[in-house]
Amino acid sequence: MLDAFLAVLKGLPYSLLLTASAFVIGAIVAVPLALGLRSGIGPVRWLLRLIVDLVRGVPIIVWLFILKFGIQFGHWHFTALNAAIVGLSLVSAAYLAEIFRGGILAVPAGQVEAAHALGIKRAPAFARIIAPQAFRISLPSIATYLIGLFKDTSIASTIIVAEMVFQAQSFARQNPSLVGIWPYIWAGAIYIVVSIPVAMWSRRVDARLQEAK
Amino acid sequence: MFYADFGSDLLTMLSGLKWSVIIALIAIVAGYPIGLLLALGVRHSNAILHGVCITIVEIGRGAPALVILYLVYYGLPKFGLSMPSIVAACVGLAFNSAAYASEMMRGGIQSVARGQTEAANALGLKGSATFWKVIFPQGMRSATPALMGLAIQTFQGTSLAYAIAVPELMKQAYTLGGENFMYLRTFILAGIVYAVIAVPATWITSYFERRMAKKF
Repeated sequence: MLDAFLAVLKGLPYSLLLTASAFVIGAIVAVPLALGLRSGIGPVRWLLRLIVDLVRGVPIIVWLFILKFGIQFGHWHFTALNAAIVGLSLVSAAYLAEIFRGGILAVPAGQVEAAHALGIKRAPAFARIIAPQAFRISLPSIATYLIGLFKDTSIASTIIVAEMVFQAQSFARQNPSLVGIWPYIWAGAIYIVVSIPVAMWSRRVDARLQEAK
Repeated sequence: MFYADFGSDLLTMLSGLKWSVIIALIAIVAGYPIGLLLALGVRHSNAILHGVCITIVEIGRGAPALVILYLVYYGLPKFGLSMPSIVAACVGLAFNSAAYASEMMRGGIQSVARGQTEAANALGLKGSATFWKVIFPQGMRSATPALMGLAIQTFQGTSLAYAIAVPELMKQAYTLGGENFMYLRTFILAGIVYAVIAVPATWITSYFERRMAKKF
């Protein structure tokens, strides 16, 4: 039982690494995407809308398989870890762009008008007045997405990244008796336990935002 | 994107898509009513019932779908409950979607304005009639876009059944890729098949979302 726990725990750093890198890269890419989704130029908006929906419409496992097995230039191809990071970043960029867009949309129109009335130009008004408020509004959704992303890193096990579910599988294969069920139970438990602080923090932020309304 | 074997490749994928759709439908049809029961259990004043239901919900939402699938497929047989991989996929995804659905339904029910309960009471409606005839329908109505989104997620989640050897779309694509070694075009085609269903479904969902946001 303890063996199983330790075996699964070996994968936790990879799960966290995947989550952190995909989240950071995704968040950076999501900012211009979110702005583009609100662009005044129709074709730009439609094209980005199509791309974002397409990225979200294809299951993560398909993206990972395309990157891991499909992309090859001469002898070069993605390592499993890099394919997982790129795939998860791509998907999280699309989801986070949608979350950011929603946050921008939720900032009361009066804020833009007030900034305008004060003679503040569009760009600084957005950067210093709209964006910070939009970010605050988006925080609970961002936190929820972060937890979802952490769970989605488990899909990287299908392209053999040595994260928790992969470790659970290899331990289960080596111990095919009743012991074999423990690694999966531990994996599930670790996912839940690691998610709890983020969930609690998100709930607190959400409650504070509700109060502020 | 058209190539010599395109037609036969597509047919192979569609035979897998059939299973993806069947599994998704079963997971939704079984999962949502269970989700409703869980939501009612979580709202119940009985502390034990509340505790049991919220634990089930938190496990179903907290553990990755892939882990749940492995637990059902590899874990339950250890307790004498073995089942074919397709059944395991249905059970695992139904559990997953039930947990998510229950929180969406609970959120919907909670979002109904308190004045509705007060008005129903003032009109002399009993507690259960107030809930089932006034609160519940409005709660379900506001939970509908989220539940539609969950249905799309569940459909996409069937791709994970690949990992327990269900002959669904992803598995068919992988087998096909192993035969022709054209992994790129094969997986892109699989992705397009998923997207052709999921993307319009997302648009329909956001249409509903917008329409309902306008009403209030």
